[in-house]
Amino acid sequence: MSAPAAKKVMREPIESGCPDGFQYMHPTMRRNYGQWKYHEDVQPGVLVHVAYSGEKIYTVRCGTQRILDVFTLRKLMDIGDQYSDGYIHFTIRSNMEFQTDDESKVQPLVAALEDAGFPVGGTRNSITSMSHTQGWLHCDIPGTDASGVVKAMMDEFYDEFKSWNMPNRVHMTTSCCQINCGGQGDIAINVQHTKPPKIDHSLVGNVCERPSVVARCPVAAIRPAMVDGKPSLEVDEKKCICCGACYPPCPPMQINDHQYTQLAIWIGGNHSNARGKPTFQRLVAAGIPNNPPRWPEATAVVKKILECYKEGGRDWERMNEWVERIGWPRFFEVTGLPFTKYHIDNWRGARNNLNSSTHIRF
Amino acid sequence: MAEMKKYPTPMLDVLEDGPWPSFISGIKALRDDHPDERIRNVNNGLLGQLEHSYETRMGYWKGGTISVFGYGGGIIPRFSEVGDKFPESKEFHTLRVQPPAGNYYTTDMLRQLADSWEKWGSGLQTFHGQTGNIMFIGSDSASYQHFFDEINEYGWDLGGAGPCVRTGMSCVGAARCEMSNCNEQAIHRTLLNNFTDDVHRPALPYKFKFKVSGCPNDCMNAIERSDFAVIGTWRDHKKIDQEAWKAYVAEKGREHVMDNVISRCTSKSLSLGDDNSLIADETNCVRSMHCMNVVPKAIHPGDDKGVTILMGGKRTLKIGDLMGTVIVPFMKLETEEDYEQLVEMAEEVIDYWAENGLEHERCGEMIERIGLVNFLEGVGIDPDPNMIKQPRNSSYVRTDGWDEAAEEWFNRVREQKMAS
Repeated sequence: MSAPAAKKVMREPIESGCPDGFQYMHPTMRRNYGQWKYHEDVQPGVLVHVAYSGEKIYTVRCGTQRILDVFTLRKLMDIGDQYSDGYIHFTIRSNMEFQTDDESKVQPLVAALEDAGFPVGGTRNSITSMSHTQGWLHCDIPGTDASGVVKAMMDEFYDEFKSWNMPNRVHMTTSCCQINCGGQGDIAINVQHTKPPKIDHSLVGNVCERPSVVARCPVAAIRPAMVDGKPSLEVDEKKCICCGACYPPCPPMQINDHQYTQLAIWIGGNHSNARGKPTFQRLVAAGIPNNPPRWPEATAVVKKILECYKEGGRDWERMNEWVERIGWPRFFEVTGLPFTKYHIDNWRGARNNLNSSTHIRF
Repeated sequence: MAEMKKYPTPMLDVLEDGPWPSFISGIKALRDDHPDERIRNVNNGLLGQLEHSYETRMGYWKGGTISVFGYGGGIIPRFSEVGDKFPESKEFHTLRVQPPAGNYYTTDMLRQLADSWEKWGSGLQTFHGQTGNIMFIGSDSASYQHFFDEINEYGWDLGGAGPCVRTGMSCVGAARCEMSNCNEQAIHRTLLNNFTDDVHRPALPYKFKFKVSGCPNDCMNAIERSDFAVIGTWRDHKKIDQEAWKAYVAEKGREHVMDNVISRCTSKSLSLGDDNSLIADETNCVRSMHCMNVVPKAIHPGDDKGVTILMGGKRTLKIGDLMGTVIVPFMKLETEEDYEQLVEMAEEVIDYWAENGLEHERCGEMIERIGLVNFLEGVGIDPDPNMIKQPRNSSYVRTDGWDEAAEEWFNRVREQKMAS
């Protein structure tokens, strides 16, 4: 009997889970943990928080490209070492924040970031960085790119990132499929497929777990079928809402298309409980071409909506509150966007979205 | 240095113009200037494939199943469908790594991570993905285990991917925000690290997300984006510094204050005194934050702090967007017992959902399917009027258990009175 081959010993993982952030906090923040009294907005991108102890911490926020290469990351770390005692923080929208308790370092820090090409801003009533997904760079089901759309849009709104001109903060998001990893936003630029999936029947039987694909469909439009003597799936194209839910579990049901995968724009998603309750975003425009590398048609619609909001919104009104005050008919009037049958909800609970009153603005 | 044949990128080049920082310039820097030939090549391939996507308007990555030894998830496998055209980046997996609670880092730690990633990966990373992970984008099948082993040794662990408890998120919180009402980081870590096994070994109906925001401003988007949202709040009166408030009124003028603060209170619970003082009807304050957001110097959260818990939020698929629903209107989170109670509740909810949820059904979708009352009975939580916007308007309901339910209600009210 031959000796068993030496088996490679694999290292057991240390299941340490989520690391403790406390140890990585600026010492001034650690000392005053839970003891902050108020903050002031010094200038766009710069905050100062004052603790009950009287200590202060300055925060300088900047935008980045989010997909960071190690060179860029190290460049930012150098700035952190020089001006923020080596402590940094990331916001949920991938802005980077540098903290210091030394007021004299604030303006040099702002200058260092700007000189290195990182815009300082994104606080208060600005257009802050867009939340985005992976897109063509890395996702397995993307209808568009994400980083590219964001780059194109933020070039356009660069000055608005660095200033306080909007009625309230503007959170924009983008998503490269209808699963919408980008989430809710004051403005969301999302993929909208307009044709049913194209099915490669030669592959479905081997690649897809057919019952679970059938179960994924929100409108029960998929059923098992034999096609060319092979087990496959077929789609009732009249029922199909082209959402693409079947594509992730069954890649041979290709939903992406160079022409029929388009963009739609949604507005008024607001996560906060400030003033009103949180709200979901609403469809305002569809049929927008998915047009890389700069998506000018989508940018134009977003720009128009933002101009109207900037002009018509009152202080502190988020996008959804502005529209709620002026009414949807006026929204379509001022933005010049067409109102169509596709804006009228027909999903479950749809009648809650219809007007059951005589409240009408003339 | 061997001469590299660079894939042409005319469309991507356009994304180097304009003032916003360009991710394309960053990837090109890795392709052109990195000392390691492997990284230069990988990024060349990546740019080639991305350009191909831009030209054809299609994506070319497919998934698969890989993980590190001992885990079942945490890595997003990516194999190129056009690997014959761009072989340098034909395997381009992402490792999802859990960030420290609250997203605080030192530059030293980030440098250490960058050094390891340079050794094994593409040199590209994102802080953070939409679930909250650090995304190390671009490792091949031979390298990801090495990268994980190396960073795991110095304190980093993988996050969730697939049907499992996912990486959590918590806001900047008590570390630097005057609105904080709880120890966000402690809540985040207590919950997540209790479910480490469920993070690493996907075995649930679908994903389950915890998010923690320190106040109702909900900067972590917890109500809309998590199955289990913990949101800091307070139940006594907010604190008003009348002197600072009057200074604000004097600076801005009464009309401005009426238009921007008093009349904007959601529950109409504020008024302005003749002497410019702020008068608050505290019994009708719904903690909608506006007054303190506008005048943080003068108005502060109260002292009797705790959390509100909402469950069942999620995005579109399959049945449409759902917000979380209030399940616990208020609970204190101060003592060890309080935290134990929180963890027990989370366990109860996940167990019940694991047992009753359908495949690929989020917790909120299950609640929608079975009704809130069945869910509450399943997890052992009593009904509370804070859970609803308004009572039912349909008469299609069987009420033959009414008397017992009413008695339970009166008993609970009595117990609460006695406890306080």
